[in-house]
Amino acid sequence: MAERVVKRKDLREAARENLREYIVTYVFLALSVLFVVVSGRPLNDIFSQIVGRLSRNLFIVLALIIPIIAGMGINFAITIGAMAAQVGLMLVINWELEGITGLLAAAGITLPLAAFFGFLIGSLLNKMKGQETIGSLILGYFANGAYQLLFLFIFGNIIPLSDKVTIVGASGVANTLNMMGGGLYMAIDKIWSLPFTTALYGVSAVIVLASLALYFLKKISLKRLLALAVPAVFLSLVVLLVPPVYQVVKGTSVPMVTFLLVGVLCVFNVIIMRTRLGQKFRAVGQSRTVANAAGINVNRVRVIAIMISTVLAGWGQIIFIQNLGTLQTYAAHEMVGLYAGAAILVGGASLNRATNTQAVVGTLLFHILFTVSQDAGKNLFGNANIGEFFRVFIAYGVIAVALVMHTWRSNAIRKKNSLQA
Amino acid sequence: MSFEYVLEMNHITKHYGESTVLNEVTLRVRPGEIHALLGENGAGKSTLMNILFGMPVIHATGGFKGEVKVAGEVTHIHSPQAAMALGIGMVHQEFMLIPGFSITENIKLNREISKPNLVSRILGHELESLDHASMARDARAALDSVGVDIPEDTLVRTLPVGYMQFVEIAREIDKTGVKLLVFDEPTAVLTESEADQLISVMKSIAARGISIIFITHRLNEVMKAADTVTVLRDGKLVGSKPISQTNLTDMAGMMIGRGEEGIVTAPSREHALSGKVALKVRDLFVEMPGEAVRGLDLDVMEGEIIGIGGLAGQGKVGLPNGVMGLYPATGNVELFGEELPLNNPTAALAKGISMVSEDRRGVGLLLEESIEDNIAFNAIQVKKEFLTNVGVFKIRSGRSIRAHAREMIRNLDIRCTSPTQATGTLSGGNQQKVCIARALTMNPRFLFVSEPTRGIDIGAKSLVLDTLLRLNREQGLTIVMVSSELMELRSICDRIVIVAEGKVANILRPDSPDADFGLAMSGIKAQEEQTV
Repeated sequence: MAERVVKRKDLREAARENLREYIVTYVFLALSVLFVVVSGRPLNDIFSQIVGRLSRNLFIVLALIIPIIAGMGINFAITIGAMAAQVGLMLVINWELEGITGLLAAAGITLPLAAFFGFLIGSLLNKMKGQETIGSLILGYFANGAYQLLFLFIFGNIIPLSDKVTIVGASGVANTLNMMGGGLYMAIDKIWSLPFTTALYGVSAVIVLASLALYFLKKISLKRLLALAVPAVFLSLVVLLVPPVYQVVKGTSVPMVTFLLVGVLCVFNVIIMRTRLGQKFRAVGQSRTVANAAGINVNRVRVIAIMISTVLAGWGQIIFIQNLGTLQTYAAHEMVGLYAGAAILVGGASLNRATNTQAVVGTLLFHILFTVSQDAGKNLFGNANIGEFFRVFIAYGVIAVALVMHTWRSNAIRKKNSLQA
Repeated sequence: MSFEYVLEMNHITKHYGESTVLNEVTLRVRPGEIHALLGENGAGKSTLMNILFGMPVIHATGGFKGEVKVAGEVTHIHSPQAAMALGIGMVHQEFMLIPGFSITENIKLNREISKPNLVSRILGHELESLDHASMARDARAALDSVGVDIPEDTLVRTLPVGYMQFVEIAREIDKTGVKLLVFDEPTAVLTESEADQLISVMKSIAARGISIIFITHRLNEVMKAADTVTVLRDGKLVGSKPISQTNLTDMAGMMIGRGEEGIVTAPSREHALSGKVALKVRDLFVEMPGEAVRGLDLDVMEGEIIGIGGLAGQGKVGLPNGVMGLYPATGNVELFGEELPLNNPTAALAKGISMVSEDRRGVGLLLEESIEDNIAFNAIQVKKEFLTNVGVFKIRSGRSIRAHAREMIRNLDIRCTSPTQATGTLSGGNQQKVCIARALTMNPRFLFVSEPTRGIDIGAKSLVLDTLLRLNREQGLTIVMVSSELMELRSICDRIVIVAEGKVANILRPDSPDADFGLAMSGIKAQEEQTV
């Protein structure tokens, strides 16, 4: 009898624990549903917007995962990776490189630049262990100043540029760089684009066939097979057989290569954790003391984590900007760290734990709110600006909440540990 | 083997600034022996081990004099990695394990077995994929050799504390070519039965030819486990001899060098107690993580020293914490006939109960504050003492605090430079004395002392126990002393309560047979009622 009571208590405790852990996500889920309803926008419109936003934002959000696992919190300094990418894009526009070649060249320039900046960021964060999240945020602001110096003065005056990218009659790089002309616009998205329905059926078929093959090769268990195949088949059937759902999704086209890149990054995040390096990330993230005692060069591992993250964020920024088609030279990078950080936190990640799923769910919810908040604000309060305020409010609010919850939780853990010792 | 000693540390001298912490110390360890290294805190054991492991702190403070020979050859160990490469391993006192990793991952940390893959062929070794199957196999073998039968994929977080030690040992054994293992106070956090298992594991490791340096405070474990014992005192070598040529009193004497009295013994008294109940506890439940109390009844008589013993995790520490209101508690508690409200530390203090916490550094002391402020803190806050009136304000009276602190420092023999020294810089024993001083400053009628001797050396232990005894005999203070060390309880207590599974298992006399204590600790009441 007593045992059963204990068990029920455990269950309730588990549910409460889950609620505590994902409270932010649940709140955002509820808000998203509410706002979508209130906004009164047609669902197919929202849906195609969301697919577009996911395609251009997911990559950057996923770039945050490795530093979180390595115990360095949210790397807001991915902003600096974005700056590196913008240097690359600006040069590519200057050199009049076109299409996918141009983007590959930009990615090529981003790699060493972002890696070098990542090295500097990582080395600095090693001097401020425990305050990485705030440190990287401030570092992003600081770098913005250096970026302006570079783009307003050094480029154009010291490093000569063509008048394609400079301000006419003055020095420095122009405020807005148009990428429509050079064929850079949507160079990745345009490679292969499919209607959502076709894409869904195709991907589902691939998933089902691949998991069946793996199952018969005895690489995965039956449970795993079902977990992969059933949702794929279910989603396809829903779209195929439920007309309202079909109406919502039918007009949307999906940039296949962009999502493929996102998929590759997801796989990369998983695979790297199964290597020696990944084991070090995890070890350093959980206990620097223990990792150090085991002979792991903790500082080096942390620098590598930041370097990878910075480079990935740079590439993510290229994906983002090719989708927009114009490079706002002095603004495009500004909110990158903030929005990506907020998105992953909305998905239920914390300062020391993050997964691909959390990144995807978070980006989805965050951008649903982004898409509909203006209309919702207008319908609720008769003022579109309210929705706009709300966007900024949630971005900062969710980060503040995450920081506070992190401190609470680590204090609780410390207290528990000191009692056990 | 062409060498007699696997490790020789000859004539090691080390200065930290002005003070000499090691003076011409020599330690020689034979292959396959268990070599106990004894010494009070500050005797130089840790410095000697830091030298052996090439810790950065040694080089940063000017290195050392003397030679280190490993397997007969003179070596210079410049870093912990170099020590590892020479086959010297360490089993830490504080667990060097990652809680979120499985046992296998911990054993193989930074020594993972990996397979090359496409990417690693280009970008290098670091990106090789882990070979979990081989890692698990090795981990299993290592666990088997220390006699632990838990599955190797268990998360360390979910292990009982006692098993973590064995995971540490398994990790060291798994390292290929390990010749010498250093066990730094390995039994400090273990229960007695776990400690016994540890000792048998150490013996089986030694039987395989691996030497062990066994650092401990517990003399009886040295007698049980070691082949040879080396004793340090104040940075000097006191002696090194085979265990067969020594005994407990001899070793205690070598260690403290203050005559033969190592342990305090209270003259037994035939219950010259008033017979009045000082503290009446009924149906007490305390929600203290890891030390929960579940329905405890107890009467403490006025003027007695009562001991609370039992295995770790059974709830003995939960009792004082619950009564003092430091952890959520339910039940009925009466102090000197008056009801004591629970979950209210201020009320408990005001009613004249004081407590010396087991968590010296966490709860007990404000580590960055001075000794005198720590001593006076509770009295200022709760009893409004040490205050002078300046107009409408009350301010602390520095002079009376200083005078009181000096008196306490003298009475309790707190070793410090001045009353203004920060408590964080004191040794464990002296921190404990500051805690006691603060509890006494409250002029308590009733004193809880929780694990008063944990982590402090024998000399300081006997001083602490003496102090408690004196307070009881001279001032009639009723004392409840919680301790994991049965010997201490038996040496000064009038009665000993053994707590098991959050309840009183039995109440015994200090001279009750060992077997009764053993039974009570496992929750069984002895056949004949030994209740006093």
